[in-house]
Amino acid sequence: MDGVIFDIKRYAVHDGPGIRTTVFLKGCWLNCRWCHNPESKNAEPELIEVDSKFGCEEIQFGKKVSVEEVINEVVKDSVFYEQSKGGVTFSGGEPLYQIEFLKALLIESKKHNIHTAVDTSGYAPADSLESIYDYTDLFLYDLKLFDEKLHIEYTGQSNKQILKNLKYLDKLGEKVTLRIPLIPGITDTKDNLLLIINFVHKLKNIKKIDLLPYNKIGEGKYSRLKISDNITKLQSQSVDYLLEIKELFKSLDIDVRVNK
Amino acid sequence: MSERIKKLRDYSINTKPSLSLERAGLLTEFYSSGKADKVSVPQARALAFKYILSNKEIPVNDGELIVGERGPAPLSTPTYPEICTHTEADFDILNSREKISFSIENELYDIQSNIISPFWSGRSIRDKIFNELDSEWKAAYSAGIFTEFQEQRAPGHTVLDDKIYKKGFKDFKKEIEESISNLDFFNDVNAFKKREELRAMSTCCDAIIIYAKRYSENLYLLAGSEKEPKRKLELETLAGICGRVPENAPNTFWEALQYYWFVHLGVITELNTWDSFNPGRLDRNLYPFWKRDIESGLLTKEDAKELLMSFWVKFNNQPAPPKVGVTAQESNTYTDFCLINLGGLDENGNDAVNELTYEILDVIEEMRILQPSSMVQISKKNPDKFLKRALNIIKTGFGQPSIFNTDAIISEMLRQGKTLPDARNGGASGCVETGAFGKESYILTGYFNIPKVLEITLHNGFDPRTGNKIGIETGSVETFLTFDDLISAFKKQIEYFIDIKIKGNLIIERVWAEYLPAPFLSILIDDCIKNGKDYNDGGARYNSSYIQGVGMGTITDSLTAFKYAVYDKKLITINDFIKALSINFKGYEKLRSLLLDESPKYGNDDDYADDILKQVFEIYFDAIDGRENTKGGKFRINLLPTTCHIYFGSVTGATPDGRLSGKPLSEGISPVQGSDRKGPTAVIKSAAKIDHLRTGGTLLNQKFTPQFLNSEEGIDNVLHLVRSYFKMDGHHIQFNVVTADTLRRAQKNPDEYRDLIVRVAGYSDYFVNLGIDLQNEIIERTEQLKN
Repeated sequence: MDGVIFDIKRYAVHDGPGIRTTVFLKGCWLNCRWCHNPESKNAEPELIEVDSKFGCEEIQFGKKVSVEEVINEVVKDSVFYEQSKGGVTFSGGEPLYQIEFLKALLIESKKHNIHTAVDTSGYAPADSLESIYDYTDLFLYDLKLFDEKLHIEYTGQSNKQILKNLKYLDKLGEKVTLRIPLIPGITDTKDNLLLIINFVHKLKNIKKIDLLPYNKIGEGKYSRLKISDNITKLQSQSVDYLLEIKELFKSLDIDVRVNK
Repeated sequence: MSERIKKLRDYSINTKPSLSLERAGLLTEFYSSGKADKVSVPQARALAFKYILSNKEIPVNDGELIVGERGPAPLSTPTYPEICTHTEADFDILNSREKISFSIENELYDIQSNIISPFWSGRSIRDKIFNELDSEWKAAYSAGIFTEFQEQRAPGHTVLDDKIYKKGFKDFKKEIEESISNLDFFNDVNAFKKREELRAMSTCCDAIIIYAKRYSENLYLLAGSEKEPKRKLELETLAGICGRVPENAPNTFWEALQYYWFVHLGVITELNTWDSFNPGRLDRNLYPFWKRDIESGLLTKEDAKELLMSFWVKFNNQPAPPKVGVTAQESNTYTDFCLINLGGLDENGNDAVNELTYEILDVIEEMRILQPSSMVQISKKNPDKFLKRALNIIKTGFGQPSIFNTDAIISEMLRQGKTLPDARNGGASGCVETGAFGKESYILTGYFNIPKVLEITLHNGFDPRTGNKIGIETGSVETFLTFDDLISAFKKQIEYFIDIKIKGNLIIERVWAEYLPAPFLSILIDDCIKNGKDYNDGGARYNSSYIQGVGMGTITDSLTAFKYAVYDKKLITINDFIKALSINFKGYEKLRSLLLDESPKYGNDDDYADDILKQVFEIYFDAIDGRENTKGGKFRINLLPTTCHIYFGSVTGATPDGRLSGKPLSEGISPVQGSDRKGPTAVIKSAAKIDHLRTGGTLLNQKFTPQFLNSEEGIDNVLHLVRSYFKMDGHHIQFNVVTADTLRRAQKNPDEYRDLIVRVAGYSDYFVNLGIDLQNEIIERTEQLKN
């Protein structure tokens, strides 16, 4: 089976436990205005104009690959996964966008005895999550904005399905790590975070929350890609503010970490 | 750090090295006195050694706890005119060159040209060697195909085991006498030669004891006039210590350190051995003394640390002897490559990490000093805690300690025929060289420029840089119809140049054995006493000769580029390709960009390139490994560059991987600068495709920005990288943790960054002392990591 990916990154150390390889699948239903990988939204390979040393050039983003090709790349670092208790992470875009491809990749990974993680926005049909649950060891599950209106404003979609899916996964077991991207002034407000905390109180099986401070990696990319409708020039959070935020989560009695 | 250690350290760091003719003067006095003419060569060497140690100055620096300098003062560095007689022009260069210079007082010029030079010119090893070598050797040498390690420095490359902690020189003298009395003059045709050598060793035992006793007397005098009671007591204690060691085996931690230091000075005064000298497994060797003294209350842990720190400063006070010519280019540093080994296994294969190991790691972290260099030996049996402690020092960014795979080192030695206990008691020294400590002479004989040989191959034996024919005719490039044709021509050229190098080595080995034996060093390395044979003449239990391959990344990517662009994708004809190289890609920018971006590269875990790496390895290995040297040992390979990849790059034209003419080659087995784009796991996988166990050391350099190591998890992941590499038999890995911005600031304001130490290639150096090319290369490498 074939699918479309736009990158494979080895020695990924922030996408789950240990040393991992992260495979980025193309295609996403959301349109987050701070998106770090805007070229990942469209599910097909596409030619994008960029500035290069030989002037303006068209570069292809994304390519069609088979499950076998991806797995061949993933197993290359098995010795590191074994040593570090790491594995493979499927990210995106939204990996569930290509659900059949994702499922095949997960099944193949498990055949090689590799720990699997799926980095998802949660915005996907419930049966998609259900169909991969058995082959996924860890869900890195994004929670962005609790308020539905704001969610629609900044991502283009409602968060109802996301919250529903999260409750569903929580009921099934302890496979979820929550990830909260801290977008200055949008998701990192105390109002938003308190609403999220309140919601997490009602869940049973969440053992870990990662807070992802804002960084500017995406910005240079936007100018190269000539994308202008994104939010840019945001200031990263101060250390003091990050500590304040972490304090908010104390009531949860959950392992909360700030990823650097 | 105590106030006095701080002072000693500051002085050592901030004093500019200077040249001293004390040793050269005493040596010349002795040899021109006529005494040398009356005895055999080894005896003359021993008497000269004794003359120097009986007459040299014996400075005691304020507050120090370990005494003895090689020169008349710290950083005052002797010359070795019997090896390399410097000319006035050499002095000018040494005095004025921008990097690694030595200040030379005016009057020394007169002494050199009136006394030293007239006596030694024509007598020096350097003169003898260059007289003996043929025109093919000289042509290849001047073209930069290889370098020669022994043309101005002595064969050292050896490390001490634990013998001095059990025996004094009194005891060694007895062993020597025994060996003399066992000589069989009826049946052994070499008996006379052996007796001369053994008598020379015996004289050297006297010499080192005399030297220590002179210190003892001087220290008692100083104690007598010392007003401060604490220092007075110290000087008295130290005077007592110098009276006892090295004549007798040491009883205390302090005695053990001072004993080693006298031995160290003896070795580096006798000759200017490569890799100075090295106490080797310091934590293991000193632990019994440390433990006993701490338990008995003789020392506190803090006292012991202060002694170690004073000991550390002594190493830094001895810059590498002044080098000129190609030797200066291949090893352009003040570092003299003493590499302290920590951890590893004991003789029975058990984890050898002890409490003192951690104390020494503390000392390394606190001292942050160029010399001695340090490394940790990591076996699968050593605890993660130990490796983590080392990584926590590495992350502070001064390039120490480097990390070695004990299990691989042991396997390498077993393959070479060493016994299991000898292998387990060994380690790595210099940059990354594997050796049986106390039992082996493992001589590096010179670097070998592998990419340059491809250049010669592509020009049918001619060096395009000079137009001289230096290789053999292996066919013009049009006759290379397949990639295999190219490889087989390249293989023939490699074999041709290795033959020349080895032929030269066999002569040079004999020159050293006949003219400059090392009777003092011979006392220290088994089984020279038993065999009645000098260290330089095959007296050691094991005698290995190495030729160090340089540019593995560059050659792999270059051959890969040919395979990719000419034979597989047919993007360009071989003639056009060579034309592009000959004009340094001018007008071929698109081709160059394609080569840089699309041709597969070593370091990305891509078998297309890595299979070629393996092919090159086999060619190089087959040309060298197992060939006999003149000392009963074999030639071996290792893969490391010191700073030679810069020199070799400067004599090598544009290479097919897109590298421009004159730019540095890749270093060690690290990928070409900037060509590894899939992160550290891919680099490690690629590097592990080399069969490390058939080498005597490989060098893999990985640079990290501090962010990689600034959390507990970051440290864990780097630990896992190391463990995984070692699981795949990787020999050594080192991490340079520094940002490009910091380096750029240091380049602009060297005065503010005098203490900035970076990992270069197998050793650390002060960044501001590196040449501009090397500085830029390190900045460029660091820059890559930003994204």
